Amino acid sequence: MDARTIIFYLLAATVIGGGLMAVTSRKIFRSAVFLLFSLIGIAGFYFFLDQEFIAAVQVVVYVGGIVVLILFSIFLTHGSGEDMKKPALGRAVFSALAAAIGCVLTMYLISEHTFQGSGKPALEPSAGNIGAQMLSVTEYGFILPFEVVSMLLLAAMIGCIVIAIKVKVPEQKVMPKIKEETEPVELEVVEELKTEEV
Amino acid sequence: MPVNSTHYLFLSLLLFSIGVMGALMRRNAIIIFMCIELMLNAVNLLLVAFSKIYADANAQLFVFFIMVVAAAEVAVGLAIIVMMYRKVHSVDINILNRLKH
Repeated sequence: MDARTIIFYLLAATVIGGGLMAVTSRKIFRSAVFLLFSLIGIAGFYFFLDQEFIAAVQVVVYVGGIVVLILFSIFLTHGSGEDMKKPALGRAVFSALAAAIGCVLTMYLISEHTFQGSGKPALEPSAGNIGAQMLSVTEYGFILPFEVVSMLLLAAMIGCIVIAIKVKVPEQKVMPKIKEETEPVELEVVEELKTEEV
Repeated sequence: MPVNSTHYLFLSLLLFSIGVMGALMRRNAIIIFMCIELMLNAVNLLLVAFSKIYADANAQLFVFFIMVVAAAEVAVGLAIIVMMYRKVHSVDINILNRLKH
């Protein structure tokens, strides 16, 4: 057993353990923190596989972005320290059974299949190479999906603003009228003050 | 036994199954979101591992796109959950069955 194998099993234990605890923990805040450990373990796997760019993106997008977003929405929607309801026993058994059967069946099907590489020369996984391939307009370039994804991000951003915006209640429509009525009065008062000073 | 593609296959499958189990078992919308993240991460891990083992760099670009789509999905989804909490003061998905009645 060499060092690489030991590191693989350590990382795998982090990822699987974190995932299991995130799914089964009854305190939602702990769930989010265990999910964080699981995602960091996956970033570790990317470093282990020498894919530094993807590992950095994983840390920035998932650990720095998505988990923080989930934590914020937990703060907005849950009281502190509340235990969640225990899932019904029947449903828990059924879902564990369904997942286990799916896992075993897929493993069996995949183990029948032998994978072959594309045979193309390996590309250096540097940020420069990935960026060049992403923006390339030649035959196997990725410029079209890149643009589509950027439009998707824009649409998601606008969608978030539209969803989160507060609809004005009818009372607020009355407010400007009151202001219009009060403003001239204030002005008159100021003018009176001025004349008194003079 | 050195680490090969079967190890990564099994690991990803296990992580994906954990995500499926959680999504079926839990009734809290935010937890279900976390399970979806776990499943997406399992797929990403497998793509990167295969791209490394079989020397094909395209998978990294797919992973990048999957991450972008996941980020957009989480942003919109959590906005919807927070909005739903403002209306019904719960994030339990059992009460979201008005279409049934």
